[in-house]
Amino acid sequence: MSLVPVQAAEVPRKFDLAIIGAGPAGMAAAITARECGLSVLVVDENAAPGGQVFRAAELAGADPALAHDMAPGLELIARFRALDITYRPGATLWMLDPDTGTLSLARQGETMEVTADRILLATGAQERPVPIPGWTLPGVMSAGAAQIALKTAGMVPSGKVVLAGQGPLMWLLANQLIRAGVMPVLVETRTQPILRTALEAGGIFSGFGQLAKGIGLILKARQAGMRVISGARHLRAEGSARVQALRFEGGVEPCDTLLLHEGVMPSTHISMAIGLEHVWDARQLCWRPKLDVFGASSHARIAVAGDGAVIGGWEAAVAAGQLAALDAGLRLGRISRADRDFRAEASADALLQARALRPFLDALYAPSQEVLAPPEESTIICRCEEVTAGSLRWAAAIGATGPNQAKAYLRCGMGPCQGRLCGSTVAAVIAETRNVPVEEVGHFRPRAPYKPITVQELAGAQLGADRLS
Amino acid sequence: MFRTRPDHRPETVQVFVEGRALMVPEGSSAAAAILISGLSSIRETAVSGSPRLPWCMMGVCFDCLAEIDGVANRQACMVQVAVGMRIARQHGAREVPR
Repeated sequence: MSLVPVQAAEVPRKFDLAIIGAGPAGMAAAITARECGLSVLVVDENAAPGGQVFRAAELAGADPALAHDMAPGLELIARFRALDITYRPGATLWMLDPDTGTLSLARQGETMEVTADRILLATGAQERPVPIPGWTLPGVMSAGAAQIALKTAGMVPSGKVVLAGQGPLMWLLANQLIRAGVMPVLVETRTQPILRTALEAGGIFSGFGQLAKGIGLILKARQAGMRVISGARHLRAEGSARVQALRFEGGVEPCDTLLLHEGVMPSTHISMAIGLEHVWDARQLCWRPKLDVFGASSHARIAVAGDGAVIGGWEAAVAAGQLAALDAGLRLGRISRADRDFRAEASADALLQARALRPFLDALYAPSQEVLAPPEESTIICRCEEVTAGSLRWAAAIGATGPNQAKAYLRCGMGPCQGRLCGSTVAAVIAETRNVPVEEVGHFRPRAPYKPITVQELAGAQLGADRLS
Repeated sequence: MFRTRPDHRPETVQVFVEGRALMVPEGSSAAAAILISGLSSIRETAVSGSPRLPWCMMGVCFDCLAEIDGVANRQACMVQVAVGMRIARQHGAREVPR
């Protein structure tokens, strides 16, 4: 399957464990793996460790808008940086051959190949798409995008800012924006009642610490004077060349920047591309790789940890990363089974604790059907190829049984993002049209290269094979 | 459009957005530079020619594709600014130079 013929002698570097992603899961796994005596490679697309939650923490740590939230990340990053770990920031994994353990990387205009006995995918989460009419207008962004802009560059949207949607991130971002001098309006789409959901889902006692933090964020934003509109439905971004207003049933909010959010889901692009077995998570409404308690996948060489495995937040990701690293230590003969199981206890406990509140959060912020499968025909679903909900329903009605068939009808999922953003919506619309469960219609099967690479990079692959450093 | 907070991010880097010199905070991505520049769009889509600005800022959506230092179709959100970087808009589909 290799796109670039590389002879065995040219494979330059070999690691015990290669970790994709330097977020909380990846960093924690790297630290634990080093403690087990493994040689560790960590590749990450970003310029600095931290993942998205601690994105650019070393820069953002001094920013009063973010300092409090970045503090735990700084500690983790410092431990990560202090160890003898081969860390390559700014590197993109564009192909992974799980059978041979070969990673094809692009970095600084060159490609290179390395091999690893065990590979951990710690690729994190991505925001769920929010396909409302007008969401492609300039000035409409995901809430996470604004948070990344704040973390990496300290910048904030100017003019009138509306946050619309739901989820814990909305309240966190609202507080961060307020501290940075921006007072947004929050238009909340939550439909689930808090008290009844809490009683049904449970976890509010064992997850009390997280619950208290969340309530604190809500109270702080309200005390600061943030206006909150609740129960909004039928959202629509309006404007000609740029967003000018958010309209919803019973109201309209003028805005210069509209930030949408409906929760996050595992980023499964690579885990699906290499053919790992996935299961449908009916609670989090997403696909996730099928894993054992140590994060081991259906492929003997591959493990997955963190929000790329199941959404649980950074503390769960740290614990899951540690478990996956301990398992790597056992599989590669560096620690005994008894040793692995003994050391795993603390991480397993931490994982349980970190996930305690999750069933409540998942139930409380469950996206509504109009977010999952936009009802209006003209709403764009695939932003790359500009495929609408209406055309997708037509394709499903005349025989496109799943996302991979719809590709051939409409090109949805065949643009540069390769279906990363539209995949969940395409599946949901087809399922709704066919009146079958979404897990029955399946998901896109991504293929390498996972990110575009230039011909020049490809041509240089063999020349660059010995240039990892 | 976005504004910077120089009190908290004093270190800046000079880049060129559509030929115009601009000081942006250290650590910014090329996509962030475009948001600071106030450009009305970073590209026009290959299908309908409609204007776009970045959506996700984390490498998922590819809406921020731009020409950076002469190389087209780069994910501007994944490229950190460097001194003198030239960031330019894309119009429609790419063509192979003849």
